[in-house]
Amino acid sequence: MIRAFSKLNITFACVFNQEKMITSLKMFYTSVGRKLIMALTGLFLCVFLLEHLYGNLQLYKIDGGKAFNEYTEFMTGNMFIRAVEFILFAGILVHALDGLMLTLANRKARPVRYAVSRQSQNSTWFSRNMGLTGSILFVFFVIHLREFFFAHRFGGATESMAASVANAFTTAWYASLYIVAMIILGFHLNHGFQSAFQTLGLSNHKYIKTWKCAGTVFALIMMIGFASVPVMLYFDFMGMSSNILGK
Amino acid sequence: MSETINVKLKIWRQKNTSDKGRFELYDMPGVSTHMSFLEMMDVLNDRLVREGKDPVAFDHDCREGICGMCSMYINGRAHGLLKGTTTCQLHMRHFENGETITIEPWRAEAFPVIKDLAVDRTAFEKIMQAGGYVSMNTGNAVDGNALPIEKVKADEAMDAASCIGCGACVASCKNASAMLFMSAKVSQLALLPQGEPERYVRVLKMMEAHDEAGFGSCTNTGACESECPKEISIAHIARFNRDYLTASVVSEK
Amino acid sequence: MECTSQFLRQHPYKNKKNMSKLNSRIPDGPLEAKWTKYKSTVRLVNPANKRRIEVIVVGSGLAGASAAASLAELGYSVKCFCFQDSPRRAHSIAAQGGINAAKNYSNDGDSVFRLFYDTVKGGDYRAREANVYRLAEVSNAIIDQCVAQGVPFAREYGGLLDNRSFGGVQVSRTFYARGQTGQQLLLGAYSSLSRQIAKGNCQMYNRHEMLELVTIDGKARGIISRDLVSGEIQRHSAHAVILATGGYGNVFFLSTNAMGSNATAIWKAYKKGAFFGNPCFTQIHPTCIPVSGDYQSKLTLMSESLRNDGRVWVPKAVGDKRKPEDIPEEERDYYLERRYPSFGNLVPRDVASRAAKQVCDEGKGVGPSGLAVFLEFKDSIKRLGLDVIKERYGNLFEMYEKITGEDPYHTPMRIYPAVHYTMGGLWVDYNLMTTVPGLYALGECNFSDHGANRLGASALMQGLADGYFVIPYTIGDFLADEIRNPVPPTTHAEFDKAEKEVKDKIDRLMNIKGKQTVDDLHKKLGKVMWEYCGMGRNEPGLLKARTLIKEIKEEFWKDIRIPGSKDEFNTELEKAGRVADFIELGALMVEDALLRKESCGGHFREESQTEEGEAKRDDVNFSFVAAWEYAGDNSAPVLNKEELKFDVVHPTQRSYK
Repeated sequence: MIRAFSKLNITFACVFNQEKMITSLKMFYTSVGRKLIMALTGLFLCVFLLEHLYGNLQLYKIDGGKAFNEYTEFMTGNMFIRAVEFILFAGILVHALDGLMLTLANRKARPVRYAVSRQSQNSTWFSRNMGLTGSILFVFFVIHLREFFFAHRFGGATESMAASVANAFTTAWYASLYIVAMIILGFHLNHGFQSAFQTLGLSNHKYIKTWKCAGTVFALIMMIGFASVPVMLYFDFMGMSSNILGK
Repeated sequence: MSETINVKLKIWRQKNTSDKGRFELYDMPGVSTHMSFLEMMDVLNDRLVREGKDPVAFDHDCREGICGMCSMYINGRAHGLLKGTTTCQLHMRHFENGETITIEPWRAEAFPVIKDLAVDRTAFEKIMQAGGYVSMNTGNAVDGNALPIEKVKADEAMDAASCIGCGACVASCKNASAMLFMSAKVSQLALLPQGEPERYVRVLKMMEAHDEAGFGSCTNTGACESECPKEISIAHIARFNRDYLTASVVSEK
Repeated sequence: MECTSQFLRQHPYKNKKNMSKLNSRIPDGPLEAKWTKYKSTVRLVNPANKRRIEVIVVGSGLAGASAAASLAELGYSVKCFCFQDSPRRAHSIAAQGGINAAKNYSNDGDSVFRLFYDTVKGGDYRAREANVYRLAEVSNAIIDQCVAQGVPFAREYGGLLDNRSFGGVQVSRTFYARGQTGQQLLLGAYSSLSRQIAKGNCQMYNRHEMLELVTIDGKARGIISRDLVSGEIQRHSAHAVILATGGYGNVFFLSTNAMGSNATAIWKAYKKGAFFGNPCFTQIHPTCIPVSGDYQSKLTLMSESLRNDGRVWVPKAVGDKRKPEDIPEEERDYYLERRYPSFGNLVPRDVASRAAKQVCDEGKGVGPSGLAVFLEFKDSIKRLGLDVIKERYGNLFEMYEKITGEDPYHTPMRIYPAVHYTMGGLWVDYNLMTTVPGLYALGECNFSDHGANRLGASALMQGLADGYFVIPYTIGDFLADEIRNPVPPTTHAEFDKAEKEVKDKIDRLMNIKGKQTVDDLHKKLGKVMWEYCGMGRNEPGLLKARTLIKEIKEEFWKDIRIPGSKDEFNTELEKAGRVADFIELGALMVEDALLRKESCGGHFREESQTEEGEAKRDDVNFSFVAAWEYAGDNSAPVLNKEELKFDVVHPTQRSYK
């Protein structure tokens, strides 16, 4: 598995080969350059998350999923948004692949590990395990796409999107999976958000705390916002799921 | 507090760069708590020499916390548990009686082990040679006061310049990245007018040398900052990144 | 008296009246015009020839790094050697206080002359006027040079450079970068050196130690070095060799020097014909953290500035072991304030050190070993407030607490003098050339500028002056004759011979296979030196030391044990080579101390003191530099004298009453 990944890594290294590439892209080749890609795509994905959350919160209108369905239809019907969708997928892919390459390269920077390492005393677990949380989120993302996006876009699902969502989240395992994933997302964002500003050089002694604070607030909003929907649906608070499913 | 403690040392022994290396255990009874960590190592080596064994090789020189030569990874931490302290200034009073202390060399692709706990930090030299200077020849300087420098900036430059080049940042970074070391120098020179003409060329050249040496990338965990014996801030890394971005976008080549 | 004559019979000094061997090459003309005139008339090497000329620099501290960088900038092919893993580790890095310069930015009446005068007087009139004047003259250019390199000196709010007063002089002429001035200046020189390495003008040999000087036809033509990682013995040839290897304070085992600081390079040079100037001139710094046990490996200096606000005292009663807090005011002896009412706690280093030794000798010393005095800040904290003291000395207090585990805000510090700097070193002429043509000595390893005592913040000044602004000019005088000579091949018979000597010595060391560690013998040597050739010296003691050192030498060559092999990274072998040289150098220091029957600066001969117990100089008989010439392992060294002439400054007895 790792060998396959490193092959992939080599392939990408060729793509980004310094001599062959356009010089204006050279900046992305270095270790900081790769981090720049992570930061830029990461922040772009944050914007997408905001937009996605806005959509999800439509379910709070308790209108039988009408607003939510209208929103999803708008998102699928608009040609411009369809185009943005490709950029979004590209963003996710680049974020994931670049992350993978970084992780592999970084592992190579320390071929012999420490026998005793107390890194918990100098940094947080989540800041050190962005690769792991990112991978989990990627798996979640695939499941999530298959469940909702592909089913509706290509699978010819007959029920409304709101109904799919309500059905899915009244299933215990799926709701729990989703909630756990959102908690992981929260931690991923907590480090990732402020880290992006650090990488972009938009931080200094004064702003470092601001970004950290903003990152935590953003992560909390995303985590609570997204995770609240399955909670509400599963327990049928405010009659959210029964309202949609008409029970 | 008792005046002496008994400890066990689990030390990484490696004959040379190509040797595989292994841990060896040593009993250290009756260690005075007033000893520095390196003096405790001296006592061990003294004993080993008397027993006709090879003493543990480790780098050290000034023993005042400023030369940056000492470099031990003690109980999972670079320079041990104390904040803002080099190994030579760490004293045995911070250890418990009966404790087993694990001592490893800095671990990084760019820092190959020379012997036991001594590593080769030539990679840092390469980074410095790539651009860690102001290109001026002796005798060309204008009067020291010809160019006033804002105190805040001079102080900030001094904060960055206090780096001792020990490599604790690399040792404690999960990616073995040398960004804190490199950014400290870049930041110092970027803050001063003397460094301004080469500011953007410097950052690109040093970046290249950094990657070539085999250091990893910075993922902003902040471990380097908390383990740095001079407590250099990762704000300097942000300044480096900013300059790198600007340099990349602005440079015409 | 009997002792003296006996000693003279044993060692009949070939006391040369003609000074033919020592030509100090001081340019003619009035003092203030000498350097300017010299610079404009000294011979030059043209740029095309410079490329073909190779220069070896041994040592990479302030003097070595600045010389290597400056010479490489000029176009010479430079090779630079250091035993550490990087030039940046050299012990110059540990200098705390600052660097003097006669900028007079403070508008307090400073001038080149005043800096010159203070340095000569501070050195107790045992330095060469012309050299010291040049030092004062170039001091200003050093500051400019360092600022241009990006050295972050302390600044005022207006953005201009800040100065402070240091070491008991009456003007504020010390430039500083927090408590890390040495570090910042060294990193500046290191950055210039790095630039030259990158350009290919200088080749750097880290983790290499010079083990022998190679002379061909009487000129220095190369060195033999050992790669400390692989153990490989290498030959390097050049047109000239510059030594900038620092001081030899580690002869005393315990000193504020770095663990690796050693005298091997200058000692080899001495044995190859370079004269050793004033070896007994050692500076003992009064404010160091005292020894805490037998395991002690080195001593840590606490900045002299502490004496500005701290009061030094011991209990009045002998053997009073009460906690300092429990000793009432009337039972304390503030001995510096008592003995030196006008300077009080701020008397110069040598005076403060001796006074501390005296009270400890009387049995009033404090701490577990009885070898310490208190330095208390209680009164200053009361007067200025805790915040002010914290701001001024916070980092020093922190360092003290790290090392001792005691909090100096609440309990007095314990301090004791420690060996800090060696004013003596290889004898050099005005060109900084030793008595071996083509061999130069720069910085602390030469004897030139500090006389018998060095003032605070002057070591950094001298190191950088020598490297940046003196050697680039003066070396041309020698090299101008060398342009036709190709660099000698390393296959030359002299290289064979030198390499063989080095290898034989290493084999000899490895084959002793005795019982004691190198440190055992080093500690023994240190104890003898400290006891008999330390802060107070007298003839019977020195004669005893002479015998003891001889015994130590024999013991060393019979009984040390070096594990491992010579073909690997072997720190014990490194140490053994250095200690072997320290032992011999220690013996020379004792000879020099015996010869100099006066007290001057750091050298205090108990026979030569005033009625009040202060140092008494003897200008009639001892106004000279003792330059020692090696005459073989089994012969006494030969004394050469360079008379010191004072045309401008007139020696007076120092008084701090």
